[in-house]
Amino acid sequence: MSKVKELPGEAIVAATQAPSVRNTVVAYVQRVRGGDMGALPAVLGLVVLCAVFTTARPSFFTAINFANLFTQGAAVTLIAMGLVFVLLIGEIDLSAGFASGVCAAVLAVTLTSAGLPWYVCMLAAVLTGVVIGTVLGTLVAKVGIPSFVVTLAAFLAFQGLVLVLVDEGTNISIRDEMIVAIANRNLPPWLGWALYLVCVAIYAAVQLRRARSRTRRGLVADPPWLIGVRVGALALIAGLAVAALNLERSRNPNLVSLTGVPIVVPIILALLVLWTVVLRRTSFGRHLYAVGGNTEAARRAGIPVDRIKIMAFVICSSMAAIGGIVAASRASSVDPNTGGSSVLLYAVGAAVIGGTSLFGGKGRVLDAVMGGAVVAVIENGMGLMGYGASVKYLVTGSVLLLAAGVDALARKRASAAGLR
Amino acid sequence: MTPLLELRGIDKSFGPVKVLHDVGFSAYAGEVTALVGDNGAGKSTLVKCVGGIYPIDAGRLFFDGREVHVHSPRDAAELGIEIVYQDLALCDNLDIVQNMFLGRERKNGLLLDEDTMEELAERTLSGLSVRTVKSIRQQVSSLSGGQRQTVAIAKAVLWNSKVVILDEPTAALGVAQTAQVLELVRRLADTGLAVVLISHNMNDVFAVSDRIAALYLGRMAAQVRTADVTHAQVVELITSGRSGDLGLKNGVTP
Ligand SMILES: Nc1ncnc2c1ncn2[C@@H]1O[C@H](COP(=O)(O)OP(=O)(O)OP(=O)(O)O)[C@@H](O)[C@H]1O
Ligand SMILES: [Mg+2]
Repeated sequence: MSKVKELPGEAIVAATQAPSVRNTVVAYVQRVRGGDMGALPAVLGLVVLCAVFTTARPSFFTAINFANLFTQGAAVTLIAMGLVFVLLIGEIDLSAGFASGVCAAVLAVTLTSAGLPWYVCMLAAVLTGVVIGTVLGTLVAKVGIPSFVVTLAAFLAFQGLVLVLVDEGTNISIRDEMIVAIANRNLPPWLGWALYLVCVAIYAAVQLRRARSRTRRGLVADPPWLIGVRVGALALIAGLAVAALNLERSRNPNLVSLTGVPIVVPIILALLVLWTVVLRRTSFGRHLYAVGGNTEAARRAGIPVDRIKIMAFVICSSMAAIGGIVAASRASSVDPNTGGSSVLLYAVGAAVIGGTSLFGGKGRVLDAVMGGAVVAVIENGMGLMGYGASVKYLVTGSVLLLAAGVDALARKRASAAGLR
Repeated sequence: MTPLLELRGIDKSFGPVKVLHDVGFSAYAGEVTALVGDNGAGKSTLVKCVGGIYPIDAGRLFFDGREVHVHSPRDAAELGIEIVYQDLALCDNLDIVQNMFLGRERKNGLLLDEDTMEELAERTLSGLSVRTVKSIRQQVSSLSGGQRQTVAIAKAVLWNSKVVILDEPTAALGVAQTAQVLELVRRLADTGLAVVLISHNMNDVFAVSDRIAALYLGRMAAQVRTADVTHAQVVELITSGRSGDLGLKNGVTP
């Protein structure tokens, strides 16, 4: 079945040659002009925003605020990472915010009322996410209700569910050391550096191995200079970040020392790597893109479209659960507002700002992280500037609209350029 | 000789509209069978029934003399039936290699074996003499209509299949590429496959086919050897369902 029919003929597909510096740059510029901008808007936005906030409020550019950005943005980023999967198949999950609230409430209740150990409670929260995702996905894929409606209904229902779980509006505080540590404690500085070295080394090794194996088989491989640039950029940026996070940020270092990489950072990194591998290197990931790009073609290729859709919702809600756990950890409590108010819009915004398309078929988990950083910077910077909720909402709403506009225009441009 | 693929009494309706009436059809190994008929005669529908995309209302399917049931595209692929659909069905957001292996990716443990897939895809495409594609890692959205058609055909011949069905494969192709595809169709049949070619072009049909099956308003008007009929007879079968002794009698298959 998998044997290949070789047909006689001339071999005239793309001559194998390592792309030159110039070709690579030209190809990139063409892609951007053709509407495929990837994470470029998010990176530019991040640079501009940081420059503006630093000028306006020097306290923005401090070690303590830098660390704050990570813990502040973590929950939204995690939810956004899950949303990427649903957006990829061309659907939407409006209930992800409150799903994270429900899962956080499950965590709090099992932790306090049932008194179970922390890992059991976390497992219960994530399993709740899995169940939620299965129900939503089944309603969308099998019953055929538009995801917009299913998840809008769930959005309302989950608010009620959170209220039930936390006893009509009381606040459950979380005291478990391990859970609280997730968003409030840091790695020892040496461990931060060790992790940094391991990550950079693995990244470099993976890239080199791939290039070498492709060269050996006579396929077009990334040239060494490109790999060098990539690894160098990662080493530089991550190195600066670790160094900054390892600075003393306690106001009173003699009393308590406050240094190190927040524990949520390696958690996000691990999930980023996991989901990136799933999307780019497994057939499940390939099928997600196929379903988002052309559902009928996917079906004709024998892909179980319904199952893929359900899985996307399961991953989305499970990631929402993890986001909920992080939010609960950060606040050391769960109340009816956990996962509520602007969390969902921030998460959708994060995914879209990062370059995930609302039309399906295009997106990466890294997008959610980049976009999550933009959202965190906006929220944090606006807070430092002393603007109230009104301005924050207005600005974030505008940014989301801007990102969606860029997405739509890029798509139009791509179709004009014959790229779609 | 038993046909490799045989359909008997296929009925298919879309709601109140009956599109296929009691259709019989046979394709033989080592031969090109042309399936002809006017626009809307039901050719594509018949093919989609074989491919497991539409469920049939009645009728039986035989593969190599054995009765089989095709409920999904996967079933068809497992039997060794490959189809190039009229609307191609490619994913624009994936590249050429990814499209060619879609749903049947090569794996290395849990992970995709991209390099092997790329090599195999490149070899198949070279066999089809695809000169104009810049890179097989190009997104399908950036290809021309003819290039897309070639990718769809390459996707079908990539697998060691037994039956290849091509629904108007040359519709978007230039003169040279059409000739190439027809040559390929012939070559596939000569290697022992049963090839079904749907086409509106009588010259092409007579150039490569061994048999001709003519559908008329959802009924099989006639299945004949190409050598036994003339151009004019086939055109008559297509347009009126009968030609002399051939074709439908009082609107039904004799
Ligand atoms: N999904 C569908 N729902 C309802 N009717 C359909 C559907 N698909 C096809 N039909 C109808 O079935 C009939 C046969 O269509 P089909 O596409 O099989 O024709 P065809 O012989 O392939 O024509 P062409 O040469 O134009 O490709 C047409 O009348 C068409 O309107
Ligand atoms: Mg047709």
